[in-house]
Amino acid sequence: MTALIETVALSKTFTLHGRGGLQLPVFSGIDLSVRAGECLALTGHSGSGKSSLLRCLYGNYAASSGEVRIRHQGAWVNLSNAMPREVFELRRRTLGYVSQFLRVIPRVSALDIVSDPLRRIGVDASVARERAAQWLQSLNLQEHLWHLPPATFSGGEQQRVNIAHGMITAPAVLLLDEPTASLDADNRRVVVALIRAAREQGSAVVGIFHDDEVREAVATRSLNVEQYSKPVASTHGSTT
Amino acid sequence: MKPGVLLSARGAGKAYAQQGQPRWACRDVSFDLYPGEVLAVVGESGSGKTTLLRLLAARLGCDEGSVHYDLRADLASGPGNLVDLALMSQAQLRRLARTDWGFVEQHARDGLRMNVSGGANVGERLMALGARNYGLLRREALSWMARVELDTGRIDDLPGSYSGGMQQRLQIARNLVTQPRLVFMDEPTTGLDVSVQARLLDLLRELVDELQLAAVVVTHDLAVARLLAQRMLVMKDGCVVEQGLTDRVLDDPQHPYTQLLVSSVLTP
Amino acid sequence: MIEQHYNFAFLDERTKKRIRRALLKAVAVPGYQVPFGSREMPFAYGWGTGGVQITASIIGQSDVLKVIDQGADDTTNAVNIRRFFERTTGVATTEATRDATLIQTRHRIPEVPLNSSQILVYQVPMPEPLARLEPRRRETIKMHALTEYGLMHVRLYEDIAQLGAISRAYDYPVMVNERYLMSPSPIPKFDNPKMHMNPALQLFGAGREKRLYAVPPYTAVRSLDFEDHPFEIQRWQHACALCGATESYLDEMIVDDQGSRLFVCSDSNYCEERRQFGNVGGQQVVRQEAA
Repeated sequence: MTALIETVALSKTFTLHGRGGLQLPVFSGIDLSVRAGECLALTGHSGSGKSSLLRCLYGNYAASSGEVRIRHQGAWVNLSNAMPREVFELRRRTLGYVSQFLRVIPRVSALDIVSDPLRRIGVDASVARERAAQWLQSLNLQEHLWHLPPATFSGGEQQRVNIAHGMITAPAVLLLDEPTASLDADNRRVVVALIRAAREQGSAVVGIFHDDEVREAVATRSLNVEQYSKPVASTHGSTT
Repeated sequence: MKPGVLLSARGAGKAYAQQGQPRWACRDVSFDLYPGEVLAVVGESGSGKTTLLRLLAARLGCDEGSVHYDLRADLASGPGNLVDLALMSQAQLRRLARTDWGFVEQHARDGLRMNVSGGANVGERLMALGARNYGLLRREALSWMARVELDTGRIDDLPGSYSGGMQQRLQIARNLVTQPRLVFMDEPTTGLDVSVQARLLDLLRELVDELQLAAVVVTHDLAVARLLAQRMLVMKDGCVVEQGLTDRVLDDPQHPYTQLLVSSVLTP
Repeated sequence: MIEQHYNFAFLDERTKKRIRRALLKAVAVPGYQVPFGSREMPFAYGWGTGGVQITASIIGQSDVLKVIDQGADDTTNAVNIRRFFERTTGVATTEATRDATLIQTRHRIPEVPLNSSQILVYQVPMPEPLARLEPRRRETIKMHALTEYGLMHVRLYEDIAQLGAISRAYDYPVMVNERYLMSPSPIPKFDNPKMHMNPALQLFGAGREKRLYAVPPYTAVRSLDFEDHPFEIQRWQHACALCGATESYLDEMIVDDQGSRLFVCSDSNYCEERRQFGNVGGQQVVRQEAA
């Protein structure tokens, strides 16, 4: 099975210029490779950089050094030197991301938020909405919420919208940041089933699963991010 | 120049003379914009973002570098033609501004003819291109007014009787009627009431998406940039200090100034 | 009786040459407004100084001059200007359109068709057809140079939208030679078709605005309109009360305190000629309808 996402010597350090150039190293030298059908669980204590790593894999955070490679339409795309339009094409068709929080686009209904990724890959609007409805239903989101913007939803409701939004196009590479954090047991089970189905369809999954049960149910391997953290450097870094 | 580029800035810069010394209002700006891409140019006042917009829209000439645009086959001498704006004749530039480009001014009054009706405003570009059928012009005007969610019953009203938000919508319709591929926007929602801003942003988002518009949006509001643009340029004192994917720049700012900007934004 | 102290036709020869040069430019580019050094004339701006300067620059000893104002040879302005040229040139004058070689007119074109040995000189108050729409001269110069006339069509659209029809009754904008937008001067739109393919040379002078323009013989002159709102000339339900003409431009005259009206040919020479040939009008006074 081919690897769909890889990193080579990936490192991330934050430089806080507002704090006199304070350097906050997060991790360094991460090599990972995830193949179709696999699910890599990122582990480590909170603050160890799991979310940051996931964001680097999405291109939301810039890598300080090293490479992130995604397999897209038969070729490798290097996130750091790809053109913005290539990254967007990647995110549209190949790379999905479910973040911990739903960044709410105001005044857009949950149904439209979830159907949008399908419309972006050319699916007819009414078909897209139908499928979105199916996803929301299997995630047990009450129907009267579908036509409301999620701004006022509970954490769990927002998360379910997020999951549907991130997974509906069945991207080849799926990044999940605490997808079940605010969910009850029933919904956790639903999500687990969805993730397993994605794996079966050939997606490569990288995720952060706080819940041990969930992690055990979906992950095929794990990577402890803590082992890649550098010792804290001096607080007087470069100020340029 | 890569194939498919719509607008290309190469080291573009504009200087003003100040006591014998050149003062660069904006300098060394480079980027390639592709069809359907929205680029936000963000900065505080004095950053040079408005000057940059004017350079890109050929309202000012570059003192350094150049700006190139891919002329449509019907306007150019051949297909796939990235032409230097400085080499285009005034006639060509004016025609381009009326057909393949749009420019949404910050104050709608600057982008509208206030002494003719809404319908006349929307139809003007078509008339300038030779449209000579009153009935068809009117139908087009009604159709576009509906598209930008304006009350079509007000087609014969003067823009002065429209509210600020409605005037902006009219301005947008007036620009889009010739189906431009590139739209420049100068603080399109600034000065409007918050709820009006919100609805206008929604409209812009939908239109950009539906019509596959490329756009360069100047704004000082990071939330507008995040909502509308996939890419972002951050400017300070005439220079581009950071550029990249909007979400990357806003979530993982690298440059000290960008970090300052992002951390200064109030969130309710 | 020729005035002794003035040059022939009042203007000095140098000035005439300058104006003729400008006229040649104007003829070479039909409809294009050529600036010229308008001279101080012995009457104020707004009274035909432009037309008079053109006539003065081209009039010759063998010319026969006719001067009309609103179609009539006997109104104050026509009389004065005709007398001006009589005194400064001694050239023969006439009221008969057919006999004239040079016709100066304010706000009308004679009903009798002109021929290729005649010149028609129009008095123009405002030569810029876009003036009311775009006050900046810099902009209008560009618009003419780049053939950007959308603004005029916007104005016509607006008329139809607000009033149901294009409301311009006079000074109706035309495209000359399919290139320049021109103001035909405040002639009624009724007269516009006469400009098209006219065998005579048509010259236009604006003294206050210091511009002149021309329509050479046999030039296309098209009144602006929309496909579905085509250009139409004015029509009357009445015939001329004096000569019975149904095809000429009629003036409406109030004849009593009750508002009774008489419709009479505006072109006085045309009307008189018709009467000489035995045409008689109904002489009916049109009374006000009872309320």
